[in-house]
Amino acid sequence: MSNLPLLSSLQMARFAARGFLRFDAAVPDDINGQFLAEAGQMGGAEDGRSLRRVYGEALAGNAIPEVAAGTPLEGAYAAGSAVARLLDLPLVRGTLKSLLGDAPVFDHHFLHVTFPPRYHAGGASVSQHTHQDSTIDPRTAFDVQLMYYPHDVTREMGGTRFIPGTHLRKVSEVAVGRYQNIRGQQHMVCAAGTLLFLHHGIWHGGGANLSERTRYMFKIRMHASGDQRRQWDVSDMTTPDRQRPIFYLKSTPTPDTVESILTTPEPWFEQDTGRLEYVNRIRLWRYLTGDPTYDADYWLTRLENDNRRV
Amino acid sequence: MAGTLRQKVLVLYLANSALDSPVIAWSTYDGTGQTRHMAGDEEEPPYRTGLAALEDGWRLFQASQLAPHTRGEEFDLAYLKYEFFFEQLAEAAP
Repeated sequence: MSNLPLLSSLQMARFAARGFLRFDAAVPDDINGQFLAEAGQMGGAEDGRSLRRVYGEALAGNAIPEVAAGTPLEGAYAAGSAVARLLDLPLVRGTLKSLLGDAPVFDHHFLHVTFPPRYHAGGASVSQHTHQDSTIDPRTAFDVQLMYYPHDVTREMGGTRFIPGTHLRKVSEVAVGRYQNIRGQQHMVCAAGTLLFLHHGIWHGGGANLSERTRYMFKIRMHASGDQRRQWDVSDMTTPDRQRPIFYLKSTPTPDTVESILTTPEPWFEQDTGRLEYVNRIRLWRYLTGDPTYDADYWLTRLENDNRRV
Repeated sequence: MAGTLRQKVLVLYLANSALDSPVIAWSTYDGTGQTRHMAGDEEEPPYRTGLAALEDGWRLFQASQLAPHTRGEEFDLAYLKYEFFFEQLAEAAP
């Protein structure tokens, strides 16, 4: 049994259903300050340089290293650096262990910098089109993207926009850019040190920064190196001996069960495909638990019943 | 003057294929240049249903087709399914 603070089964179910876990102000201020110092200050484009050039020059000179894809996460960052200290926080280690298992592998990282309007030299501040990272990914296994907000983020600063529950849709990157607003979308308005752990498939985009302050967000993508099953604290796992009643109910079912979490719709769910979302969540839960017979509210049992048991 | 008319486009994504079903997502593109819409700029849809947009004068010019489900891919989900394009013609700013 790990001594790390691992996720509970209900937290894992929420990640499976909604594709994210958020921890507010989880990183201490001294690490936040160190990170911002290591990221370096970025100026504007007042001297006629393009913002892309400003960013490139700052990136070349800052203390955040280049890291090769495929590097073991352990050791990817110099000991004592802000990112190494962040990754060593018990909450981060426990959450990554729960989601990815032992010895996660570094994929890539990126320092996202969103400049205020005065830095755009006459150009408009616009938000990033909604997209899914990387490319079409048909796996059930998933990577984790850790988003780190090293300073307070107000609504005016834009923040990351994401749509809970979109992570199981197999789309092609910014092909979803046509969708400007989706019911249930969330904007990261948060205190310094907030962490967002995302399933790689979640639809998201950076908001327009309409404030006076440059906004920073640091992202690390990681993947599992081995078994991704039952890596969280499974001591609270219960296996119902029978299915619960569905549809015709005389009282509201308790929300704090895996079954309730996996069958709770998002505000944007279409009426018919929302049910397919439940099916796909249950399949992900089967993958995570290693239990090919698990079901919630009969969604898969019904589909797998070919009458051989009659 | 017809020469200054421009197209405003409203895209509504509905909860099912009926035009009077609820809006779950939406986008607006203003060809007059008077407003600029972008991802994440609104939290509430401009209309509760597609029918409400018709009642307010928007003209429907495209609706997504209903396609049969390919065997073996019945549970694969990707893009929003019930997409309706509306337009209005409006005077462009001089």
